[in-house]
Amino acid sequence: METGTFHHALKIREDLCVGCSHCMNVCPTEALRVRNGKAILLAERCVDCGKCFRECPSSAIIIDHDDFNYIFDYNYRIALLPAIFTGQFHEEISFRQIHSVLLDIGFTHVYEVENGAEVLADAIQDYADAHPEKKPLISSFCPAIVRLIQVKFPSLVDNIMLLKPPLDISAHFLKKELLEQGIPENEIGIFYVTPCAAKIAAIKEPVGEISSPITGAINMDFLFNKVYHRVAKKSNETCTLPVTLPLSDMARNWSLTNGEAQHIKGRCLAIDEITNVIDFLEKLENDEITDIDFLELRACDGSCAGGVLTPGNRFLTVERLRNHNSTTKDIAVQSNHPDAFRPITECSAYLRELMGIDSISPRSILKLDEDMAEAMKKMDKVNQILKVLPMIDCSVCGSPGCHSLAIDIVNGEADLKQCIFVQRALEQKGELTSDEGNRILREIWGFEKTNKYRKLK
Amino acid sequence: MFMNFEFNVEGGNFTKAGTASSQVKKILKQLNVDSKVIKRVVVALYEAEVNIVAHAWSGKALINISTDRIDLKLTDEGPGIPDIELAMQQGYSTASSAVREMGFGAGMGLSNIKNNCDELEITSEVGIGTVVQMAIYLNTK
Repeated sequence: METGTFHHALKIREDLCVGCSHCMNVCPTEALRVRNGKAILLAERCVDCGKCFRECPSSAIIIDHDDFNYIFDYNYRIALLPAIFTGQFHEEISFRQIHSVLLDIGFTHVYEVENGAEVLADAIQDYADAHPEKKPLISSFCPAIVRLIQVKFPSLVDNIMLLKPPLDISAHFLKKELLEQGIPENEIGIFYVTPCAAKIAAIKEPVGEISSPITGAINMDFLFNKVYHRVAKKSNETCTLPVTLPLSDMARNWSLTNGEAQHIKGRCLAIDEITNVIDFLEKLENDEITDIDFLELRACDGSCAGGVLTPGNRFLTVERLRNHNSTTKDIAVQSNHPDAFRPITECSAYLRELMGIDSISPRSILKLDEDMAEAMKKMDKVNQILKVLPMIDCSVCGSPGCHSLAIDIVNGEADLKQCIFVQRALEQKGELTSDEGNRILREIWGFEKTNKYRKLK
Repeated sequence: MFMNFEFNVEGGNFTKAGTASSQVKKILKQLNVDSKVIKRVVVALYEAEVNIVAHAWSGKALINISTDRIDLKLTDEGPGIPDIELAMQQGYSTASSAVREMGFGAGMGLSNIKNNCDELEITSEVGIGTVVQMAIYLNTK
């Protein structure tokens, strides 16, 4: 059923999926169904928030990243590293050690993503001042939130600030620096170490941009493992020093909750975790909440520290990032090194030229039909169907709830007989044989699950 | 083709104010109504709902949706409005101080409704109740 219209980093491995439906029950956009004993992803509904990935007990949902060896296709291999990567390690492991191991395993440069925030912070403020009509301005930082607004809150699409996130800004900067050193573009590979699926989707299919300056994405849990084995053996005293200055306090905390909102003037709110965001946006859309200037909305609890690909505990990650101060051993850098990048703020003017993104268009998943009269007919049918459904959202039908099933039926993607309550009634009336009922259940849940009890006998 | 929906509005229950407008919003989104039109409907309906919650004992909202217009009729049993023209003025409010403390009663309700409607008719009888009838036109595509 996957249409392929939208790129998703989340993939379901059919060989591992046991059709347990846990993913379907946590999806905030009702993007999953169970058919033939396997979960399937509805591409147009998924916003890549990764809740299903977190929930899956059989690791059947994967986040499709680039093969690590892909970095060796490039002579210049830059690890674009979020600050939270350092936060995955114990306090005793220094950034210097982590940096050094990243060079050992094959990167030629390491650059922290949030450097881009140094340029972005002012740009957001200028943008907010120039666009009072967009109030409350919604940050474009979290790609899962941008997609959520597109599919579920089409009327708020115009409130999203049309500025690239720090990730893209840093990537543009790195490209410029290396090009100016005379390095041919095809030899530059910029690899983002991602804490989530949404960022990968945003790189592979950016919203409001033609293409992303980022070459590829590597999952943070994967890279963590690669680094973790080696990092303890690295002596902090003898390992290679970083060549780029450490992040400012503002930049280091940018990807944490309130990391962004606290730097914008006016009444600013930071809301994390996607269901919290949905609740808030419902109220905002009703005009029940007014007079807010800026909204920082993040899909994960704890923002990027709680990203689905972060192996560490999010509270410890936040602690490490917040406790960091410039007197720690991480301060030592060789800023005169030939490979050292300039401070990003020296390129502010250039980067601000590149910072804009095109308009973001709504693509509602809620509409029953493009044509209103047709949609009304369908809604009428949905309401009729709802009258006979039990309204207990048991999801035995393979849809996440009664309302979803009703819509699936009207859209020709499901049958009323998939409801176990309806089946029972029909069997009793003699309008459905028990064999027929079993067949329907099998088509949803597969042979094995529907025959367990029989085998036991 | 048209569809009717009815919602009860409970006087004095501010925690439930906005239930009808949330439901109507959900319906209009499913019907692929232009988001700017939805916004107008929701704002007007929310204000009218809050008016019942803040001033009346009980009421109901009747919503009629067709492909060219949305009609909203809110009927309440309540104190009524003695001077409708005065009540329509921006900033005028008879809301009690308790209601104001909750962040309502700024006197923007009726003028906000007026700004979002294509048709508006208010009839009221003191001591009996008020009927607010609104219509918002849809641009047929």
